[in-house]
Amino acid sequence: MWEVFIQTKPGLSHKHAGTVQAATAEMALQNARDVYTRRKEGTSIWVVPSKYIVTSEGMDKEAFFDPADDKLYRHPTFYQIPNDVKNM
Amino acid sequence: MLTAESRKQKIMNPLYNYLLKLADDTLIMGQRLAEWCGKGPYLEEDIALTNIALDHLGQSSLFYKYATQFHEGKSEDDLAFLRYEHEYLNAQLTEFPNGDYAQTILKTYFFAVYQKILFEDLMKSQDSQLPALAEKSLKEVKYHYTHTKTWLNVFAGGTGESRTRLENAIENLWEYTGGLFDETEGEEDLIKLEIVPDSETLKSKWLNAIKKDFEEFKLEIPENPFMQKGSRKGIHTEYFGYILCELQYMQRAYPGCEW
Repeated sequence: MWEVFIQTKPGLSHKHAGTVQAATAEMALQNARDVYTRRKEGTSIWVVPSKYIVTSEGMDKEAFFDPADDKLYRHPTFYQIPNDVKNM
Repeated sequence: MLTAESRKQKIMNPLYNYLLKLADDTLIMGQRLAEWCGKGPYLEEDIALTNIALDHLGQSSLFYKYATQFHEGKSEDDLAFLRYEHEYLNAQLTEFPNGDYAQTILKTYFFAVYQKILFEDLMKSQDSQLPALAEKSLKEVKYHYTHTKTWLNVFAGGTGESRTRLENAIENLWEYTGGLFDETEGEEDLIKLEIVPDSETLKSKWLNAIKKDFEEFKLEIPENPFMQKGSRKGIHTEYFGYILCELQYMQRAYPGCEW
């Protein structure tokens, strides 16, 4: 199994799109191309063997994520954004 | 020097035939490959192969559309769906049954190498439209080549069973490959005017490309030089009538139907 990451436009990050099965890296890339970019979804593809994905699944969720709940100051929402800056 | 008008008259029929050959090849390839739809070896490959089939159908549509310019009163659909068996100029290879997956892949591979070489040359055509059509299709064909070659590698280097299946497929298909290069009526006139590439040159380029890949996978080209005759002249294998029955059913049962 391979995890597929698709970049939708040059410069944007690769986002997880799903998985494919394939025997080799080359075939995984081709299968990802055929399954996930046939409707013009992509400009670049990464495939990664699923076994190399390290997940937080099964770890202590509360200790991992809850402490961020009350730290509003970490969001940069107190700044004035100049009018000319778009896409923030 | 021919005047523009007499030149046009001279090439009209040959070009029409030639376009039919390009269109019929891709229509029948697409129709055949589409038989795998929903039955592929696994989901990803099912989609991959039907993508290729759709590319072929798209290409056939381009060529039929262009061909209608040389045949007044005929629409793209008329050409694709309402001709009789002997009027189709596709190569017999394209109508040959899919067989197992090794045979399907090998057939698609042979055809992809042919189209790749053909379209590269057609991009240099003196015709006003062929270079653009060839350029568009070439992008698709390059991927067909990459994908099928990857599979050849899998079959050739996989298990004894997979290799045997590939070798059987080579045995079955080889004698039909020559027909790809048979000429349509008037094609030699087009060759002289540099509208289409010379078929002998295409053939040797194709053979060299196949030899190179086969060497890589340690596959043998059959020694028997016999090639089936009749491609491009409306002569077909026994399998062709059945394809047309399925392909033309809707237009025959509901004339003029559209969606």
